[in-house]
Amino acid sequence: MSRAASTGEFWLKLLAQAEKRLPALTRLRVRENLPIRLDRRRIYVLPTAFGLVFAGMLFVMSIGALNYYNNPALMLTALLGSVSVLSMLVAFRTLDGSCLDRVQAEPCHAGDPLTLELVFAAGRRIRPGLRIDIGGSHAVVTALPGEPLRAVLTLPTERRGLLALPRIRVWTRWPYGLFRAWSWLNPQIELLVYPRAEPHAVPLPQGGQAVQRSRVQALGEEFGALRAYRANDPRRLIAWKASARADRLLVREPEQPVGDDYVLDFDALGALDLEARISRLTRWVLMAEERRARYTLLLPGLHLGPDIGSAHARRCLRELALL
Amino acid sequence: MRLTRRQFDLTALTTLCASGLHAPHFPLWLNLTITLLIATRWLQRRLRPDWGKPPALLRLPLTLALPVAVWLQYGNIFGLDPGSVFAVGMLVLKLTESETARDARAVSTFAMFVLMAALLFEQDLLTTLYVGLGSIPLLLTLRSLETEERTASVPAAPALGNLGASLAAVLANLFAAAPLALIVFLFLPRLAAPLWSAQTAAQGKTGLNDSMSPGNLGQLLLDDSPAFRVSFDTAVPPPAQRYWRGVVLWRYDGQRWSRAGGVPLDPVRQPLKPLAAEIGYEITQEPSQKRWLFGLDIPTSDPVGAQRDEDYTLAAPRPIGKLTVYRLRSALTYSLDGLDSRQRLRGLRLPAGLNPRALALGKEWARQHDDPVKIVQAALELIRRDFRYTLTPPPLGRNAMDDFLFETKAGYCEHFSSAFAVLMRAAGIPTRVVLGYQGGYWSDVGNYMVVRQSDAHAWNEVWLPDRGWVRVDPTAAVRPDRVELGAGTVNSSGSAWFGREWALAMRNRWDLVNRLWTQVVVQFDDLTQRGLLRSVGIEQADWRQLGITFALCMGLLAGLGLWWALRRDHGGDALDQAYERLCARLAKRLDITRAPAEGPADYLRRVLQHQPQARASVEPLLLQYMQLRYAQSTIEPATVRAFARAVRKADLHRSPAR
Repeated sequence: MSRAASTGEFWLKLLAQAEKRLPALTRLRVRENLPIRLDRRRIYVLPTAFGLVFAGMLFVMSIGALNYYNNPALMLTALLGSVSVLSMLVAFRTLDGSCLDRVQAEPCHAGDPLTLELVFAAGRRIRPGLRIDIGGSHAVVTALPGEPLRAVLTLPTERRGLLALPRIRVWTRWPYGLFRAWSWLNPQIELLVYPRAEPHAVPLPQGGQAVQRSRVQALGEEFGALRAYRANDPRRLIAWKASARADRLLVREPEQPVGDDYVLDFDALGALDLEARISRLTRWVLMAEERRARYTLLLPGLHLGPDIGSAHARRCLRELALL
Repeated sequence: MRLTRRQFDLTALTTLCASGLHAPHFPLWLNLTITLLIATRWLQRRLRPDWGKPPALLRLPLTLALPVAVWLQYGNIFGLDPGSVFAVGMLVLKLTESETARDARAVSTFAMFVLMAALLFEQDLLTTLYVGLGSIPLLLTLRSLETEERTASVPAAPALGNLGASLAAVLANLFAAAPLALIVFLFLPRLAAPLWSAQTAAQGKTGLNDSMSPGNLGQLLLDDSPAFRVSFDTAVPPPAQRYWRGVVLWRYDGQRWSRAGGVPLDPVRQPLKPLAAEIGYEITQEPSQKRWLFGLDIPTSDPVGAQRDEDYTLAAPRPIGKLTVYRLRSALTYSLDGLDSRQRLRGLRLPAGLNPRALALGKEWARQHDDPVKIVQAALELIRRDFRYTLTPPPLGRNAMDDFLFETKAGYCEHFSSAFAVLMRAAGIPTRVVLGYQGGYWSDVGNYMVVRQSDAHAWNEVWLPDRGWVRVDPTAAVRPDRVELGAGTVNSSGSAWFGREWALAMRNRWDLVNRLWTQVVVQFDDLTQRGLLRSVGIEQADWRQLGITFALCMGLLAGLGLWWALRRDHGGDALDQAYERLCARLAKRLDITRAPAEGPADYLRRVLQHQPQARASVEPLLLQYMQLRYAQSTIEPATVRAFARAVRKADLHRSPAR
């Protein structure tokens, strides 16, 4: 088992070496747009280690059969040898024509495994024993005729932000494990990884009016921050200039009664470093979303909310991830 | 990555098949042990899979017991029989510790070797078929390793269908591989001499002995293996002339005929006068472990290095242990003189006090007839009238020839020739017994004649004063077809216990198939190989011609294989295909081509705009497509097929109005 793994590693190392030398041959540098169809120009076939052992045994058998002038034994050897050679074509055909249509992924938080779904277009032939490797993740699937093939893999994540999809190896040893046919896919796809949420739940910031007010005034003329005047709105919140332009009374939004309304301010967390701030804000966004509360996320140069709901949360997390 | 249950079952089945093929030549205790081991391991794996492989404490003694068992059984650990026990034993032991895919692959690879080894013991059609069947579980095992493997991230990959589909696929693979295998089999160069020689079952057989005693030819007559093959320079001699002379026997001691010291032929004496054109031929003799070489009737030349005695017995300097090729010339019509006093003495000597009735009969014939030819005819007439040919003659007593001539009256060639010789010598005619082969099967395919051990024969040569040594075959008097049609015809009807007609017919038919198998496959050799190109006019192809043919065939097959592998299947989705077909037909018939980005609804609108009269035929189809494509999450294949049929059948002809 461990030995198989080490041969696998050795194999990968060797491949990496070959790729370095022959980028044009192995097509690893260029990222391509989906869909990617596998054809004979990008499918490689080589015997596996087991295939070589098998061939060695066939050789020994043929020498024995020839030595003893044993024609039935020679026939058996020839038949098994032919089946082996034919299996090379079968291995090639298992990959040939399969087409990666799309890659779907639900964003996850850094550190969590990212669940990827690779969807291959429906084909006419059955493709058993398809193996898909991405990074250290493997899947064995069988494509049935007339059905799109979905392969689910998980990818470990470490950093927030956009994650370029590592290149995908689609390979098979079908039918007898004697030959390995493989192809590299390098689709132009970036996946979003949300920041890691702070593990210890720090209570959500309540109020913080002063900070808010100063920021509101700084952002004063922004349209998104205004709403129509309602009875009992404090007079000091009326945006006079904007009201004059709009011909009706407008009120600055954050000046609403706070209640369950949270303001998650990046600048307010000055004591922490960047990642820690992002991490805490992420946690807060998640907590607020969990409580179905209305919240505002204030990032440098960006003001999200106040709003509520999963779309808002996704937007916030996205901005946090890309900060 | 432990083997799943099915993977293990298939591995066990592979082992069982491979070892089962060796069962016929294994002792019973060994077969029982092997079966027990496989069954135990299989049950353990099924009932207590969590135990894993047996502990080393259990495996080590078993491994050590294997050579000991071989030694106890055979007293030797080298050779074919002990070797096969070793191979099977190791295979079974490997199975007992098989837990991973790697183990299963090792078992499969080794099982392949064990399967082949079974063919070293028996090469007949049935064994070959069994061995071929044995490779099916092997391939199934390898196949199962590729789909049912479990990986860390995915709990279980979807198992591929049932075993039946897999079996069909393996059979299809074997079938598709057959042409390639055939080409390789036909053209693979055969070795002229073995690379190493081991004591094999085949080599344990010996050819004709250098003496003749009752029963010693009988075994040979049932042996279908070839003695030698002959290719002729000129026309093939007719069956009645195919007497392959081997050893000439002079001395009779009442039990057996033996050689009694041959004297090298004195080249100056030349008692042989050919009376017709000589015939040249080349003999390829199988290993016989004896020195004797065989020539057609009387050889007029010596093979290089061989010795020719005065009675024209040919002997190689050493026993023939490997395939040997030699060229000879022979006279079929000749006069052979050279009877000197010493030869006359040897040709008349009989053991004293034995076979009194036969001696009396011979002396009486000598009194009745002056002419030796008449005496010979009288003896042949006696044999023809009263005697029966059988391969299972009754036993004979001390006066063997008296018993045979006057009591049992049933036997085969060695009885007839022996009795004939005794009668002739008693009548004063110098007579000798010749051991050799009579007959031969001419293979049109291989352009050569094969002479089998079962063609072994014994006949006589008598000395007539005016004609010299003349061949007389008393067996031919009983069974002329033995000479005309070959040994197979008379020998196969000899066994009594296949009484019923249909059984006999079945057996003959099966024998025919087996014989065909032997002739076409088992006997295939470099001679046949060189005759392969006869149909295109090359009688004896050389290696270059064979190589070119081989390359052509391989190129053809490679092209075929690549065509198959590279052939694309167009699209996958049957519904989309039908839709594309519909659009293509509409574009052709109505001149309205669907734009690449145009959906079916827009397309329909445009079609109706330009060709309103096509509404009846086009609208239902496109609406059905939209229904199938967009309104349902799962589509019944039958509906799709119906839609495709409707598309094919739709009448989209442009209306004449336009």
